[in-house]
Amino acid sequence: MLSGRFLLAVRHTQRHPGRSVVLVLCLAAAIFVPLSAATLMQRYERDLGARAAGTPLLVGTRGSRVELVLQALYFRAAEVQGLTWRDFEELTGTGRGLCVPLHVGCRAQGRPLVATTPEYAEVRGLALREGTDPLRIGEATLGAGAARALGFGVGDTLHTDQEESYDLARPPSLALRVVGVYEARGTADDEAVFVDVKTAWAALGLGHGHVAPEEVDEALIVSRAPGSVRLSGALVEHAALDGEAAASFHLHAGAAGLPLSGIIVVPHSPKDGTLLRTSVESSRALQAVVPSAVVDELLGLVLRVKRFFDLVGGLLAVTTAVLVALVWTLSSRLRAAEMRTLARIGAPRSTRWILYGLELGLVLGCAVLLALGGVALTMAVMPNLLLQS
Amino acid sequence: MISSSGSAPQSAPDSTRANGDTDPVAALSAVSFRYGARGFALELDALAIAPGERVAVIGASGSGKTTLLHLLAGLLVPARGSATLTGIDLVRAPLAARAALRARVVGLVFQELELLEHLDVIENVLLPYFAVPALRLDSAARARAAALLARVGLGDKLRRRPHALSQGERQRAALARALVTEPRLVLADEPTGNLDPATGRRALELLLDEARRTGAAVMMVTHDHSLLPHFDRTVDLDTRTRAEGPTC
Repeated sequence: MLSGRFLLAVRHTQRHPGRSVVLVLCLAAAIFVPLSAATLMQRYERDLGARAAGTPLLVGTRGSRVELVLQALYFRAAEVQGLTWRDFEELTGTGRGLCVPLHVGCRAQGRPLVATTPEYAEVRGLALREGTDPLRIGEATLGAGAARALGFGVGDTLHTDQEESYDLARPPSLALRVVGVYEARGTADDEAVFVDVKTAWAALGLGHGHVAPEEVDEALIVSRAPGSVRLSGALVEHAALDGEAAASFHLHAGAAGLPLSGIIVVPHSPKDGTLLRTSVESSRALQAVVPSAVVDELLGLVLRVKRFFDLVGGLLAVTTAVLVALVWTLSSRLRAAEMRTLARIGAPRSTRWILYGLELGLVLGCAVLLALGGVALTMAVMPNLLLQS
Repeated sequence: MISSSGSAPQSAPDSTRANGDTDPVAALSAVSFRYGARGFALELDALAIAPGERVAVIGASGSGKTTLLHLLAGLLVPARGSATLTGIDLVRAPLAARAALRARVVGLVFQELELLEHLDVIENVLLPYFAVPALRLDSAARARAAALLARVGLGDKLRRRPHALSQGERQRAALARALVTEPRLVLADEPTGNLDPATGRRALELLLDEARRTGAAVMMVTHDHSLLPHFDRTVDLDTRTRAEGPTC
């Protein structure tokens, strides 16, 4: 009757809490470490793979392929320069695929500011929860995570960050009107603030709008002359691109030469993709990468590191197994009298091993549950490092 | 080579007589047992315990009292001679069969009581049911354990752990454990040895009362000669002379 022996095993485990807790913790640690590492790796592999697979081709300036991919896919700041709006126009002009420009590097209230066109939402499958895409300069549409973290919705205003506080030539912080919020996708898009490309250029100080003189506080006007107004140094720079400022927005250079970070290309066909790649690769300044290939390469490197952790996990498991065996051996000596009593009252010889097995099973079961709970908690609490910049 | 004195012969219990079962519960014949090559040896001509009989075993320390109980329980197997328990040959029976037979037929009370500290009182009493697959732990067994504990005065201490009981209470819990399976033979190894005389006498009376109620035979090792009048006969391992009195 297993239930009777099970009760004996439960009672022994219950009534020796110190030993049981130590064993459970040791076993749980031995299970938790490799399992959490494997689960996290799996999550990163899945996330990286899925995002890369959704980006057939990526064009950027020559240099680190990994940096280009991480910047375009995860909006991580990187020193990738040289790509311009002209490159985007040329690629679009080939007619071989849908081209989506990206500018990454600015931030708005701690979130990456992703400047692009409405086609980005189409490529990424981003659906609007409310409002619209950022169609006009000065407008922003928030990812679900960013909206939640900032507590913003349609109609609110957020500001671009100024990282160089003591740089007098820095462009002013730009006020952005929230015009929409995307549905959550569980990707880096959730944490981003999406704007039109021109908005990013304005945030970089490469373009601006003007305020009508009649909108300026009279107290800040030093003097008026025909065709000009002298303003006080106390006037705070205008930082909103709405109304008159939006209408008067202009660039201080030709748009063709203004910067982009990358261009996502969705070729119309494999043949178009191959021809586009060949065309781009023939350029000395640009490169076309297949993000999934780069991610596979990256994961290959990470997996080599993971093997080391697997080895550490294996050593931990062996050490724990030895510890458990030692504890059990010492415990069995202490329990010799108990086992003798059981034998005397008629318990079969197998009872000893059945009891030890059940107790080990109980401890192991508790350890597995604890380890699984720990892994679940880790996965829930630990932020997705890929989304951290 | 064994003595058996009928110091206070008493009649067999009514239950035994009613069913007419007079075959010995346990018997040893021409038995020889030795611990190792040069260890202690016990040799017995014949010993049989009738159903419901109460037998005391006396003798000096080292005279083989515990060995005798272990031979009867099938815990030890004689090198020569025959040993039977309810008619089953213990010498030929394999270890597992002897264990199963012991669990069904014999109730053991140990000198050190051997209650398990990680079980409470009622769980200790039910230990044979927990540990022996052949015994079925059902509501009847649980009720029997509770009733036994109530009869020995531990009805309000079922959930106490052994260390929370007095020595006398532990003793009574051990008696209840020996009786819970309704054995045909109770073998008690100096169960009153660690008790004061009054408590020891009460424990013995409890054991004999419960045995009489169920018709179980009792063989008890004791050093206390004042308890001998409670038994049908006495086996004296020191005198090694056959004395008068009922033998089987």
